[in-house]
Amino acid sequence: MKKRLGTAWPPLAVFAGFIGVWYFYSGVILDEVERNISLPYFHNVVDIAFLDGENRSELLSATWTSAWIAGIGLAIAVALGLFFAVLMSQAKWIERSFYPYAVLLQTIPILALVPVIGLRFGFGIGARVIVVVIISLFPIITNTLFGLKTAEQGHHDLFTLHKASRVTRLFKLQFPSALPAMFTGFQISAGLAVIGEIVGGFFFGRGATDLGNRIQLYAARLRAEELIGAIALSAGLGISVFWFFGFLRNRFTSSWAEANHT
Amino acid sequence: MSFDSVSMVFPDGTHALDDVSFGVDEGEFVTIVGPSGCGKSTILKIASGLLDHTDGSYDLADDNLGYVFQDSTLLPWRTVMKNVELFDELRKGDKSARRANAQRVIETVGLGGFENHHPKRLSGGMRMRVSLARSLTLNPKVFLFDEPFGALDEITRQNLNEEVGRLFKELNFGGLFITHSIPEAVFMSTKVLVMSSRPGRIIDEFDVPFEYPRTAELRYDPEFARLSGEVSKSLAAFH
Repeated sequence: MKKRLGTAWPPLAVFAGFIGVWYFYSGVILDEVERNISLPYFHNVVDIAFLDGENRSELLSATWTSAWIAGIGLAIAVALGLFFAVLMSQAKWIERSFYPYAVLLQTIPILALVPVIGLRFGFGIGARVIVVVIISLFPIITNTLFGLKTAEQGHHDLFTLHKASRVTRLFKLQFPSALPAMFTGFQISAGLAVIGEIVGGFFFGRGATDLGNRIQLYAARLRAEELIGAIALSAGLGISVFWFFGFLRNRFTSSWAEANHT
Repeated sequence: MSFDSVSMVFPDGTHALDDVSFGVDEGEFVTIVGPSGCGKSTILKIASGLLDHTDGSYDLADDNLGYVFQDSTLLPWRTVMKNVELFDELRKGDKSARRANAQRVIETVGLGGFENHHPKRLSGGMRMRVSLARSLTLNPKVFLFDEPFGALDEITRQNLNEEVGRLFKELNFGGLFITHSIPEAVFMSTKVLVMSSRPGRIIDEFDVPFEYPRTAELRYDPEFARLSGEVSKSLAAFH
C-alpha cells in the first residue's frame, strides 16, 4: 500500500499543478464571458458535465457508443493486420508487393478520405468503423511483421533441423517471438482507434450518438462545460484501451520476456 | 559419420573448407580446434544438413543427431519442460511418452525441480544443461557441439566438460566438438584435430589416451600439460 502511494503521488502532484494552472488561466486571464464560452472553472465542469444526472448519462452513453464502435473497428483491424503481416512474412516478394500500400494507408490524411467514405458507405456507424480500421491498421501490420521477423536464426535452425512445416514454424516459433512487438502495435492502434472513432463521429452523425457527435454539438452550442467533459472522457477512453492492451501484454509475456518495454 | 575431401565455397566466394577428411565413430569423441573464422562451425552445419557442401562427400550413418549450439537457443516463452519436449513435439511423438522422456533427461542433466522455470530465471550453465537435455531426448548416435561452453565462467565450463564426458561414456555416442580452448579439447576428446585458418584444412591430429571417466585431477597431470602444449604448438605454427 505504501509503495502504491509512493508511485501514485508524482502524477497526482502534476495533476494538482495542472488544475492550478487551469484555475489561474480561467480566473485571472479570462474575463467572465470568455470563461463561460471557452474555459470554465474546473469545478463548474465537474458540476455540470458529471454531477448533473442528465448530462452525465448523455456523456456516458456517448462514451459507450464510441467505445464499442472503436472496439469493432479495432477487432477488424487486428484481424486484417495479422492476416497481412503473416502473408508478408511468408515471402519477400509478397512483402514488397504490399508494404508500399500499407505505408500509403498511413500517409493519406484521414480527413481527406472521410467524404469519400461517407459518399460510398453512408453517414452511419459503418462509415465510422471504416475510419477506425483505416487509421489503426498500419501499426498492427508493421509491428506484427517486425515481430514475426525477430525470431532468432538459431531458433530457425532448430526448426529446420527437425523439418518443421511452415505452419508449425509460424505458430510455435514466429508468433510467440512476435508477441511483445504485436502487443506494442495493438497498444498504439488502440489509441488511434479511439481518435479515429471520434473523428468519424464529427462527420457521420447518423445512428448511435457518440463522443464525436457530442463534441460537435456542444461546440456549436457553446456548452463549454460538457465539451470539456466530453474531451476528458475521450482521453479517458483512449487511456483505458491503452492500459488494457498493456495489461494483456504483461499477462502473456512478462513471465518469460527478458526486457519489458512499456 | 565421415567427411571425405569435403570442400565448401560460399556463394559470395568465401572459401571456408578445403579438402577436409575425417571420421567419427560411435564411442569416439573428436574435437576440432582452430582459430576463429576457420570454418569450424561450417563443418557442423554441413554435418547436420543445415548447409550443403560444394565438393567431396559426406556420410551420416544415422540422422538421429544431437546438436548443441554456441547459444543455448532455448525458446524463452517455454518452460524447461516444454523446451526439452520440443524435438519430440516437432517429430509428432506421443504426448505421454514425450513427457516421460523429457523428465528422464532433465534428471540426467541434474535439473530435476526446475521443470517449470522459464529460461530467463536460469543461469547460463543451467541453460546449457537444458539445451543438452533437449538433444538427449533424441538418443542421438552422433552429437555435435558448436563451442557450447565458450560463454560460461571457467568453473561452470569445467563442470559441464566433466558432465559431457560422463554422458559420452554412458551413452557411447560419437561426439564432434568444436572449441578454441585447447585444454577443453584435450580434456574432452579421444582425438584432437587441428585446423588451419581459412580456407580451413585439417593440419594435424593427436590421439588422447586418457581413460574415462576423466575428472578435474586430469588437468594437473604432466602428460595432459605436455599434450596440450603439443596441440598449442601445432596450432601456433599455422596461425
